[in-house]
Amino acid sequence: MQAFTRHTGIAAPLDRPNVDTDAIIPKQFLKSIKRSGFGPNAFDDWRYLDAGGPEIDNAGRRLNADFILNQSPYDQATILLARENFGCGSSREHAVWALDDFGFRAVIAPSFADIFYNNSFKNGLLPIILDADIVDALFKRTAANPGLQLSIDLEAQTVSCEGEIIASFEIDEFRKHCMLHGLDDIGLTLQYADEIKAYEDKRKQSAPWLFQKA
Amino acid sequence: MNKAKTLYDKLWNDHVVRSEKDGTALLYIDRHLVHEVTSPQAFEGLRIAGRKPWRSDSILAVPDHNVPTTDRSLGIQDPVAKLQVQTLDSNCKAFGLTEFDMSDVRQGIVHVIGPEQGATLPGMTVVCGDSHTSTHGAFGALAFGIGTSEVEHVLATQCLVQKKSRNMLVSVDGQVQPGVTAKDIVLAIIGKIGTAGGTGYAIEFAGDAISALSMEGRMTVCNMAIEAGARAGMVAVDQITIEYVKGRSYSPEGAMLEKAEAYWSTLHSDEGAHFDKVVRLNAADIKPQVTWGTSPEMVVAVDSVVPNPDDISDRVKADGMRKALAYMGLEAGTAITDIAIDKVFIGSCTNSRIEDLREAARVARGRKVAGNVKLAMVVPGSGLVKKQAEKEGLDKIFIEAGFEWREPGCSMCLAMNADRLEPGERCASTSNRNFEGRQGQGGRTHLVSPAMAAAAAVNGHFVNIV
Repeated sequence: MQAFTRHTGIAAPLDRPNVDTDAIIPKQFLKSIKRSGFGPNAFDDWRYLDAGGPEIDNAGRRLNADFILNQSPYDQATILLARENFGCGSSREHAVWALDDFGFRAVIAPSFADIFYNNSFKNGLLPIILDADIVDALFKRTAANPGLQLSIDLEAQTVSCEGEIIASFEIDEFRKHCMLHGLDDIGLTLQYADEIKAYEDKRKQSAPWLFQKA
Repeated sequence: MNKAKTLYDKLWNDHVVRSEKDGTALLYIDRHLVHEVTSPQAFEGLRIAGRKPWRSDSILAVPDHNVPTTDRSLGIQDPVAKLQVQTLDSNCKAFGLTEFDMSDVRQGIVHVIGPEQGATLPGMTVVCGDSHTSTHGAFGALAFGIGTSEVEHVLATQCLVQKKSRNMLVSVDGQVQPGVTAKDIVLAIIGKIGTAGGTGYAIEFAGDAISALSMEGRMTVCNMAIEAGARAGMVAVDQITIEYVKGRSYSPEGAMLEKAEAYWSTLHSDEGAHFDKVVRLNAADIKPQVTWGTSPEMVVAVDSVVPNPDDISDRVKADGMRKALAYMGLEAGTAITDIAIDKVFIGSCTNSRIEDLREAARVARGRKVAGNVKLAMVVPGSGLVKKQAEKEGLDKIFIEAGFEWREPGCSMCLAMNADRLEPGERCASTSNRNFEGRQGQGGRTHLVSPAMAAAAAVNGHFVNIV
């Protein structure tokens, strides 16, 4: 996993609540058996005027000029500014892979759906929860200064704008540690293999029906 | 100190392998359900790292999202979908995992077959790379959806790194009116607390109206806990649970069953247990529900009208409603019963079990699908549900009424296979998500119960069925 320490980039404002993972990456792209290549189809239904699919070349498609990520300089954005309940719906990690592949390193929103939030950390995409008032102020500031850059410092847990810290954010210690160092958490868990086996042995005694073959 | 615990507390505590100081825990997973869409990258990761499944006997796999619901003998026509299903088959073979493949009569939607086989049992932790895994919480289990990285993590370690959620109690007090179903109850709950109302919580559904539900009704309610923002929804174990579980393929028997029953009977919240949030609904007030927008929380009673964004003071919310109305091609103030539909879909992990099909068939019996309805389809949740329905003659009722009777799978709930809406088409659907494009790009979804979907099919528009 890609480590995340500090990042500065353009923040693209996506001004609608409850952006679901179906919108982030529509179902027809989920047929892929790979993790990569989803970026060109991130927000596909909003980004293009004609229908897309895994067999369709995006180069020949008509872009929706009204969609924020098709507008300069937001086509170069690396931070997504979003509203409440971002990433709700389907558990598809393809949504995170698509944002990552587009070039996003962080998403800032007042709240995230639980599964999306969790999936983000597994891929080095930092989801940052800020108060709705602060997020709203950032939307206004972006509208007034298109192409505004934000700086994120994970170690310090801060978001800055034009050299000034505008907010601090909370993050679990364990998740922060894994993000900062780009750690593979399967490897970490396997350090406790003996404890897992000890749990299983105990459980086989108290609840043997859980260990019948499926 | 013997502190009173919630059902969620008990399930959580029984599965903690170890805890960190910040509350992060390693949680043991008893049952891992696997399907073709969210697993290929996990198996690939496992291979790249030279790892093997920790406990292959905990895994049950089935293809469901991509499978055709028409003649299976032709195979899958879409080469991309075909490769994905074949990848699941070959991964299961390579790692020695149990799979009900496309030709198996037990194949079906993963959240239908788990309980049907007894692979979902009370007290288990159940995970699947699918957000509707919350369904299995109906059994007094801790069940939640995970992403593909977590699928790989469970494959490799049998555990997940988790933080405990907070406890929420949703109590539906009293009894519903006749004709009001589990689907109406859960849509009413989502309408009340919103699609983010349960974020960060595990929800226990309780109250007389929940206890009165069959296991299938409880599964419908827990299925949509995720639409209320909660990764996990659950219902306490009672006699209805235990009777349902007994005698299924993977259920314990004899002395093992006795031992299990003694444990299962403890799976309820203790008197006086603390919930961080409590929500109460009066069951008698719940009417048949119909969604009007592009989020499950955009829902009203069938005898109501499409709401007006101008009445909402929150700007972000009102803008969201306007976008939804534009997408749905609806105007504020329109009576729900005046909304005409083009297609009907009865199926999905929310409503494709035998009781759902009976409920729809009861409405469709002796009637005809209305002239303005281009397609009405019934997609059973599994091969065994289909077989049972055919034994009861439900297929004939549907076919005579003009419905199509299909093979089992996820089908038009998410339209990954050939079953989908065309742009602008309006659908009465028993599925769980009315998001933009969910059932096909530009398609318009109204979420309803099986009875309402059948009534809409034969009337051509929504009707008050109570």
